[in-house]
Amino acid sequence: MNALAGRPVLEVENLTRHFITKGFFGREEHRVRAVDGVSFTVGAGETLGLVGESGSGKSTTGRLVLRLDDATAGRIHFEGQEITSLRRGQLRTMRRRMQVVFQDPYSSLNPRMRVGDAVAEPLEAHGIIKDKKARQEKVADLFQRVGLNPRFATRFPHEFSGGQRQRIGIARAIAVEPRLIVADEPITALDVSIQAQIVNLFMDLQEEMGVAYLFIAHDLAMVRHLCHRVAVMLRGRIVETAATEQLFADARHPYTQALISAMPIPDPDREQARQRIFYEAVTPPADARLQEVSPGHWVLDQA
Amino acid sequence: MAPLLDVRDLTVRFDTRDGTVQAVTGVTYSLEAGETLAVVGESGSGKSVHVLAMMGLIPKPPGRIAAGQALFEGRDLLTMSEKEMRDLRGGKIGMIFQDPMSSLNPVLTVGFQIVESLRRHLGLSKKAAWARAAELLDFVGIPEPQRRVKQYPHQFSGGMRQRAMIAIGIACEPKLLIADEPTTALDVTVQAQVLDLMRRLRKQLGMAMIWITHDMGVVAGIADNVQVMYGGRVQERGPARAVFHDTRSAYTWGLLHSLPDHDDPPAKFGEKGRRLVQIPGYPPDMTDPPKGDPFAPRNRFATERCHLEVPPLVQAADAAPGHLVAAWYDLRPLRAEAAVAGGAA
Repeated sequence: MNALAGRPVLEVENLTRHFITKGFFGREEHRVRAVDGVSFTVGAGETLGLVGESGSGKSTTGRLVLRLDDATAGRIHFEGQEITSLRRGQLRTMRRRMQVVFQDPYSSLNPRMRVGDAVAEPLEAHGIIKDKKARQEKVADLFQRVGLNPRFATRFPHEFSGGQRQRIGIARAIAVEPRLIVADEPITALDVSIQAQIVNLFMDLQEEMGVAYLFIAHDLAMVRHLCHRVAVMLRGRIVETAATEQLFADARHPYTQALISAMPIPDPDREQARQRIFYEAVTPPADARLQEVSPGHWVLDQA
Repeated sequence: MAPLLDVRDLTVRFDTRDGTVQAVTGVTYSLEAGETLAVVGESGSGKSVHVLAMMGLIPKPPGRIAAGQALFEGRDLLTMSEKEMRDLRGGKIGMIFQDPMSSLNPVLTVGFQIVESLRRHLGLSKKAAWARAAELLDFVGIPEPQRRVKQYPHQFSGGMRQRAMIAIGIACEPKLLIADEPTTALDVTVQAQVLDLMRRLRKQLGMAMIWITHDMGVVAGIADNVQVMYGGRVQERGPARAVFHDTRSAYTWGLLHSLPDHDDPPAKFGEKGRRLVQIPGYPPDMTDPPKGDPFAPRNRFATERCHLEVPPLVQAADAAPGHLVAAWYDLRPLRAEAAVAGGAA
């Protein structure tokens, strides 16, 4: 089966989100171009890494894709359907097929709800599960799939560690068998010894379910490990995108080169010999366009 | 010559409603002048608490120093008066933290906060202190120091704030700088710049550093010696190269191997990615820690003795001098076996 054969799960075209602060008499005072004409696709069962530093617009892009925020311009097709024009009430079906995993699993779980109920909630909301027994079995199955003891289902979120809470968040996300999961810095808040567990879990679930990920992160080493393709964002624009191996072997944009060269290497000999590339980040000119330098490898022109 | 800092059997407890948290137990080490020691561990390992306790910065109660000594230039930090401690902090011992906003005073200019420290500890005149404050901002790479010195912390970007905090930390040219995750919240390019800066400062000022972190990449870039903590105890300590290349603690080994390999080819579409080696299980509840080696319940190499008895921290067999490990097992034959087994654990 060729995963590339069908239409991409997610197609984002010229996505734009400007924040405007208004002065007296409603006159525009300041325009922040948080996301400024971003286009990308995520194929079925594929992982696209969206990387960049604080203020690059990567998290805003994730929120726009999830329709947690409204775009200023641009279009998003999810499973072939245009979703930017859907009103809140029409988002229900999309919400089932597209799930989210946040950085802080604690803030996304209701502290007064038993975790088993939290995991079952989307199943009930979408009318997938009707009777109590089926519900219990499904929750137990989901707990097992994410590596949690099903007996924990009756506990409350505060009784779990950060890594366990992230597993609960993932169980909730996969409960409705989504086609796409938007994961915004899902391992950043976890202890190092737990990060590998969660990354492995993401990979296992993709293999089992064929789910696609939009993986938003700043840890390039993990992105390199997990993602099939990577898009690098700088000040609201994508400056470079390519297959992961291509990007790391042949980065063309100076910002990508600077980012890769700044990755710390956990080996004293190599870390201390590492050559850094410096780049004074500038906002890409408005008329700069992505050029294809080799198949699937696009780089924003340099002024 | 006596070491700059000599920590003996430092033991810290927190008495809480849920029981006594055994935060730090029997931590012993010494630090020479000019040496950089990286203290590695994750949340609950005791890496931060042990230095906060030394510096008199844990709330008492619920915290208490249950045992130990921490001799700085021969004087015990743990029995010092609050006044003596205040004279040391910001003077001979500088500190920088992860979040500059929590340690910079938002209603005072950055310059004033440096000046305050210079006048208090070095007795400089107002004029000399302001001139020195601008020099310090320049020294840590803040452009336009004459203008910046009169600005408030909120007028600085994240990276600039971190530099300002470093300027305050080193203002009085301390003998010892304690840095608690100072680059964790920074973007990777800014982190690299701060690390470059710290390496330069260390060389120029000849100060010793205790660098607390969970990031093995940062450790590799900055440490002379590495101390790995878990469950409030030291698991392994030694010269950085020895700890990275001749790892003797299963916990250190797990930490290093749970990271993606920089030589590993990245994922290709449609191909199953390589699984990372993962440390099974979760960190211990420190109100009720395991009876033996705190890492034993998560250690696939643990022997029966590991579960029953805490191993002492001793010189590892056939290892570099000063390379210590607390383990009842010998990791050397197991490392090779585990590398083959890979992510199967």
